[in-house]
Amino acid sequence: MTVMEQRGAYRPSPPPAWQPRTDPAPLLPDAEPYRVLGTEAAEQADPDLLRRLYTGLVRGRRYNVQATALTKQGRLAVYPSSTGQEACEVAAALALEERDWLFPSYRDTLAVVARGVDPVAALTLLRGDWHTGYDPREHRVAPLSTPLATQLPHAVGLAHAARLKGDDVVALAMVGDGGTSEGDFHEALNFAAVWQAPVVFLVQNNGFAISVPLAKQTAAPTLAHKAVGYGMPGRLVDGNDAAAVHEVLRDAVRRAREGGGPTLVEAITYRVDAHTNADDATRYRGDSEVETWREHDPIALLERELTGRGLLDEAAREAARDAAEAMAADLRARMNEDAPLDPADLFAHVYAEPTPQLRAQQAQLRAELDADSEGSHR
Amino acid sequence: MTTVAVKPATMAQALTRALRDAMAADPSVHVMGEDVGTLGGVFRVTDGLAAEFGEDRCTDTPLAEAGILGTAVGMAMYGLRPVVEMQFDAFAYPAFEQLISHVARMRNRTRGRMPLPITIRVPYGGGIGGVEHHSDSSEAYYMATPGLHVVTPATVADAYGLLRASIASDDPVVFLEPKRLYWSKDSWNPQEPPDVEPIGRAVVRRSGRSATLITYGPSVPVCLEAAEAAREEGWDLEVVDLRSLVPFDDETVAASVRRTGRAVVVHESGGFGGPGGEIAARVTERCFHHLEAPVLRVAGFDIPYPPPMLERHHLPGVDRILDAVGRLQWEAES
Repeated sequence: MTVMEQRGAYRPSPPPAWQPRTDPAPLLPDAEPYRVLGTEAAEQADPDLLRRLYTGLVRGRRYNVQATALTKQGRLAVYPSSTGQEACEVAAALALEERDWLFPSYRDTLAVVARGVDPVAALTLLRGDWHTGYDPREHRVAPLSTPLATQLPHAVGLAHAARLKGDDVVALAMVGDGGTSEGDFHEALNFAAVWQAPVVFLVQNNGFAISVPLAKQTAAPTLAHKAVGYGMPGRLVDGNDAAAVHEVLRDAVRRAREGGGPTLVEAITYRVDAHTNADDATRYRGDSEVETWREHDPIALLERELTGRGLLDEAAREAARDAAEAMAADLRARMNEDAPLDPADLFAHVYAEPTPQLRAQQAQLRAELDADSEGSHR
Repeated sequence: MTTVAVKPATMAQALTRALRDAMAADPSVHVMGEDVGTLGGVFRVTDGLAAEFGEDRCTDTPLAEAGILGTAVGMAMYGLRPVVEMQFDAFAYPAFEQLISHVARMRNRTRGRMPLPITIRVPYGGGIGGVEHHSDSSEAYYMATPGLHVVTPATVADAYGLLRASIASDDPVVFLEPKRLYWSKDSWNPQEPPDVEPIGRAVVRRSGRSATLITYGPSVPVCLEAAEAAREEGWDLEVVDLRSLVPFDDETVAASVRRTGRAVVVHESGGFGGPGGEIAARVTERCFHHLEAPVLRVAGFDIPYPPPMLERHHLPGVDRILDAVGRLQWEAES
């Protein structure tokens, strides 16, 4: 049976026989973002999962701090920090099975690392020694996508292909609030819903697209409401509540895996740092706003819950900190080594076989480099 | 597999046959686009494929070109070999970002780890009386994007052979189908194993000694007609059909021009910033001492594609080609 047959034929009919295809009510997001930490729901949460999330968040925060420091030392060309958004980054990775795929945007290095990609390889793009430093198939992580929302249709196509092949694979695609204005966001959600593809879209609404606040980006009640127009459920979650993000994503992944189709998840969070190290956030927002969000810090929220329930003692806290420090030290050491560069690589991967024209250009560059090195030896 | 002689066949039929044979030979080949399923495409090139292979292999997509190509990228990432139909040349523009930012460079971005074997079929060019946005020659945009192959057939046999090669290629191919040749007929008998034409080789369609007409796609028959007419003027024209704009077959083109000493590039696309400028430069760089005259171009005017009642003035025709040949400084020869 084809995908279309499974869904049943749809033909529009004129009034009075007209009726909506889908009852919109079950698709609507809740009025309030879903929360777990500090609520009764937290008691249902798996303590091991909460501790894994905590370790991941501490490590993620440290990674952001270290990578930002590397920009100041000239070891990274640029770094878009996700400080304040670690709950979304880590929960996204942990909500997936190994066979699933992650489609990150450029701010999602933490999710890429949490998925198992080497922390140095994940920074290749931002160091500038190549574009993608890891093998996407090894960890089932697509390249970090710089053009906004363009990776979303890729996630849909991959999930659709996996389903056609009979494979039990879900794709989780990440995008920001600004990215929801792009045409590719619309097309991806529409294709996903029409094909009932096993995809989960995670929008991290961090308040800003560089400098532009959400109010200038959309007039929708929430970004999660956009789901209804495509015929998929929208979920709203507190993006700084790691347990809540994980639960909502895990449910959406399960739903996709069971053939229930795509889900749009909006996680409300906040970009505590500037857009990148090259940005000056004081030009478009005040310190008091940032301070308000610091009080709702994802690590602090989780730590309070764990400590209150006796699930995290000082030794465990220290172990998480030590692990993060070790990761940072290793990252620092390896990033301080110069990346090996080979100009011949410029021509190696444009086509399966270089065209005659590219061969000629490669020979030209080689001759220039040979002449340079001869000159420098004189 | 037995072959059935289709004799004579149209280019559209040869393309259909190529898609069918590719799908039969390789279960990872998927056809997708607007109206390609039940209808068989507005030009009927995908006719019968959904019936034979099912809707999951020949899929009517939502009407959104960026979505079509973007999802094809994901399908290729998972190991499928999508063949995407863009309904018309000018309808392909919404897919440009996917094409340029991802399709053309995914292999490069990932150091060869993630090639994208996607064929993008684009009916192109004018001469069919189409109203605006149905007749563009957009090949210059594609040629200017590293990472893409750009292929265009001019004969029924090449339509089959080049499309099979494009689908088999591990690189993305923009496969430009000259609309007004869809219904051109030729005796053609599909061979087994199939005649797969290698991508990147031009072919001499007509040998001649006086001058070379360098052309491709819809302008090939026009150039052949011009070459016949030129005999009355005493010119024996050679016609080179490029077949592939990327990679470009410098060798075949330069060998021809060195023999004839004169060249005219002919295409429908506008002249300014068009393929002809690149081709003329390449010929000049390689054949300068063999040239008896500057390389000339006969191209479409540098105007938005004209309305159908005026398009005959825009399209390069026999007279305009012969005028250009006449300006190749013949007096200097004597």
